[in-house]
Amino acid sequence: MPDKKPISSVNDFVVRFANVNGSGSASANELFARAILRHGVPVSPRNIFPSNIQGLPTWYEVRVTEAGHLGARGGVDMMVAMNPQTWDKDVAGIEPGGYLFYDSTKPMPSTKFRDDITVIGVPLTAIANSTYTDPRQRQLFKNIIYLGALCALLDMDPKVIEQLIGEQYKGKEKLLSSNVHALHLGRDWALQNLKCPIGLRVKKADKVGDRIFIEGNSAAALGAVYGGATVCAWYPITPSSSVAEAFTSHCKKYRHDPETGKAKYAIVQGEDELASIGIVIGASWNGARAFTATSGPGISLMTEFIGLSYFAEIPAVIMNIQRAGPSTGMPTRTQQCDIIACAYASHGDTKHVLLFPEDPAEAFEFAAAAFDLAERLQTTIFLMLDLDIGMNHRLCRPLKWDDARQYDRGKVMTAEMLDEGRDFGRYLDVDGDGIPYRTYPGTHPTKGSYFTRGTSRDRYARYSEEGTVYADNMQRLVRKFETAQDLVPRPLQANAERPTKYGVIYFGSTAPAMDEAIGLLEARGHQLDRLRIRAFPFHSSVASFLAEHDFVYVVEQNRDSQLRQLIVNENGIDPVRLVPIVHYDGSPITARFIAKAIGDHQDQLKVTPLRKAVS
Amino acid sequence: MTYIAKPKFHHPGLKKNELGYTHRDYEGKISTLCAGCGHDSITASIIEACYELSIEPHRVAKISGIGCSSKTPDYFLGNSHGFNSVHGRMPSVLTGANLANRDLIYLGVSGDGDSASIGFGQFAHSIRRAVNMTYIVENNGVYGLTKGQFSATADRGSKSKKGVTNTDNAIDLVAIALQLGATFVARSFSGDKTQLVPLIAAAIRHKGASFIDVISPCIAFNNHTGSTKSFDYVREHNDAVNRLDVLVGRDPISVDYAPGSVQVVEQHDGSKIALRKIDADYDPHDRLGAMTFLQKHAAKGQIVTGLLYVDPEADDLHEHLNTVETPLNTLEADDLCPGSAVLDKINASLR
Repeated sequence: MPDKKPISSVNDFVVRFANVNGSGSASANELFARAILRHGVPVSPRNIFPSNIQGLPTWYEVRVTEAGHLGARGGVDMMVAMNPQTWDKDVAGIEPGGYLFYDSTKPMPSTKFRDDITVIGVPLTAIANSTYTDPRQRQLFKNIIYLGALCALLDMDPKVIEQLIGEQYKGKEKLLSSNVHALHLGRDWALQNLKCPIGLRVKKADKVGDRIFIEGNSAAALGAVYGGATVCAWYPITPSSSVAEAFTSHCKKYRHDPETGKAKYAIVQGEDELASIGIVIGASWNGARAFTATSGPGISLMTEFIGLSYFAEIPAVIMNIQRAGPSTGMPTRTQQCDIIACAYASHGDTKHVLLFPEDPAEAFEFAAAAFDLAERLQTTIFLMLDLDIGMNHRLCRPLKWDDARQYDRGKVMTAEMLDEGRDFGRYLDVDGDGIPYRTYPGTHPTKGSYFTRGTSRDRYARYSEEGTVYADNMQRLVRKFETAQDLVPRPLQANAERPTKYGVIYFGSTAPAMDEAIGLLEARGHQLDRLRIRAFPFHSSVASFLAEHDFVYVVEQNRDSQLRQLIVNENGIDPVRLVPIVHYDGSPITARFIAKAIGDHQDQLKVTPLRKAVS
Repeated sequence: MTYIAKPKFHHPGLKKNELGYTHRDYEGKISTLCAGCGHDSITASIIEACYELSIEPHRVAKISGIGCSSKTPDYFLGNSHGFNSVHGRMPSVLTGANLANRDLIYLGVSGDGDSASIGFGQFAHSIRRAVNMTYIVENNGVYGLTKGQFSATADRGSKSKKGVTNTDNAIDLVAIALQLGATFVARSFSGDKTQLVPLIAAAIRHKGASFIDVISPCIAFNNHTGSTKSFDYVREHNDAVNRLDVLVGRDPISVDYAPGSVQVVEQHDGSKIALRKIDADYDPHDRLGAMTFLQKHAAKGQIVTGLLYVDPEADDLHEHLNTVETPLNTLEADDLCPGSAVLDKINASLR
């Protein structure tokens, strides 16, 4: 017996699988997460993987959370240690009182264990080897065998897993039955040889509702399909590649003409990010909705074209699935580190619209909206995802679409309008919103053509190096950016129960951890009003929020507190009042981290917790 | 010189093409390049070719990169949309534009600095993707706009105006285009309008990636003794393999060729190229032969010009991608959005 009481918890614990990349564990682990969901219990899984295809360590962490906390929690209650390479670190990472599950085929010296945890050995290799002869089968089914053992240990309903296997291998009877067989091999062995269940248990609940389980990249790609993107040009880069891959697979299903079989889309894998954004700019200039998906290094390469898009006023949608930088950085680790790089991308004076979805549902909505915004504003729109949202399955509300919705194609002057004698100046602000009309190439035999260029020109697109003409255009671009403020998604504010002088600003993938942290902070007696920023340029409510609070914490996942810099810069705020709370080690931010950082700062401020003041 | 307004009126008797347009309807703004620049002759040839083909001027999209050559789309087809993009990136911008609307004619204008250096990759990839376009490089072997530095097409051993000898090997874009699978490859000389105009016309009518390298002497920085891109040098070393006429939708105009010396090539769209063979052994359908021919003549210091290779049955990127006939930029929500019922099913599959 361990010298620490084993953790006892129903529907609230973290299981981490330590595997070797390429061992086929991913599908078994995902099956585990889905099975818990089918018990009506929310889960939040995360892939922690190296920049490697085969051989290096990889982890899959499943947070089981009936309360619905979808952020990473930190700490591990049960380690499924399948990788000898990382054994020592994995064992050390288990919470006191936690559980270690391992393959006991080969005996391990007692020094390799800990006294304060429960050790559960299952001879997985022995079971697999005695059942299967094919080496690949032995490896793959070993994963399903441990899933079966976990099913017994955590008191899960095997029928639920069987049903999921049935759905996965529908029509492939042989695979279906052999997977179910392997599942029972593990489960039976555990039931016969171990004390089942352990302290960690899954109990059926009804906390998932109609929510869906989807990766942010796939949802964003679906948003592009619904938003009417017809041209996608991209260059492979982790963690963004699955956006273009998902777009391809969605288009294959939903975008072929039923009669001719022809494609209502064009996808080009560019030779690099320069070509990808060039293709997007060319297609958008010519009136198609086009996008690219990339990550930090790709943004660096695309910067020249982004400046052209700003200055020549050509729509573009760039999905940036952020990863830890700078340079190659940590390609498979998450960060929110390209805020400044995207907001001010390019030489010269530029500003760009950024959208910050918090989860796949918003990734879908904002992706579709990005195409309307790009054409309305005739500029680049960044959809700022990150690896944590993009490459992990996340529970979120179902995706919604209003069939009455038409695309906003922005201000496009047609041949009819030109024939009516409308004055066409490509860079002429006729409506006072800073947005000029454009024409598509090929519109009219004698009217409406213009020469697009990145050089300075007058309101009628005629080349000019006159200082006043240049400044006039730059001022109009400022007006246009002000117009953008009211078109982009507004911040969402949630106030504390009692009036407070303290606020917190956060965005994107930090949201679930922040929501959870508020509960932890309230338990410590700290009241905070919350503002989730969903876009740049900042809506005026951001300035109001800052004015209403003495101190505002800005929580983000980068070293230099980039959103805070942007807020200070754009609102002329005294930086002292904005307290940076930054997490940037490449792992997703946790509620525990946020609550500690903010709580400690509040304590330093000598804030008397309300609870104490009351008592 | 753009401050000088170009007079709009013209002689009432000016010849008109099938669409009723005169030459003037294919012109653009007044050139700001140096007087005598080879690029202006190419501009004139483009105007002539478009007039001859009776193209609706506004149905052409002119796309360029950065440099002297890339400025020229402002000087022709004034009723067409033009896009002076960024350095070396014309091919990607053109590719995107082409994907958005397959019904326009795409004319990519670039220079040797633009296509053989910073844009070498994009040049290569647009050609290997078979983008339906006419890609013209106005090749003067020199960076004119920045005052006379060597470009990557400058021949080894050639001398700059300041007397510096180029020690780097030259990139032959024609040889590369052949290797990359361009389905229409030609070289010409800006000073040889009779050869250049029909080459441009044939390239425009060609479906697939057409590439024309036009040697175009830089009057300011590369027209001196010791240069291999000067008017005198090119005239002396020009070795034309053929001359051609493009015949579109009308009876062949009487051609005074010697019998047997004319080879007629019918292109995908029904237009015909009548090739007058100068070099009897030259076969413009033989890609490998063309590559060998080029190398042999280059070794002798000769500049091979003419239609070097054509595959009249070529296809293009849209065929490779199996895209709909309707231009993608005209599709609306009804065509593109799968709708809420499909989304409900997708949601159901994600539970």
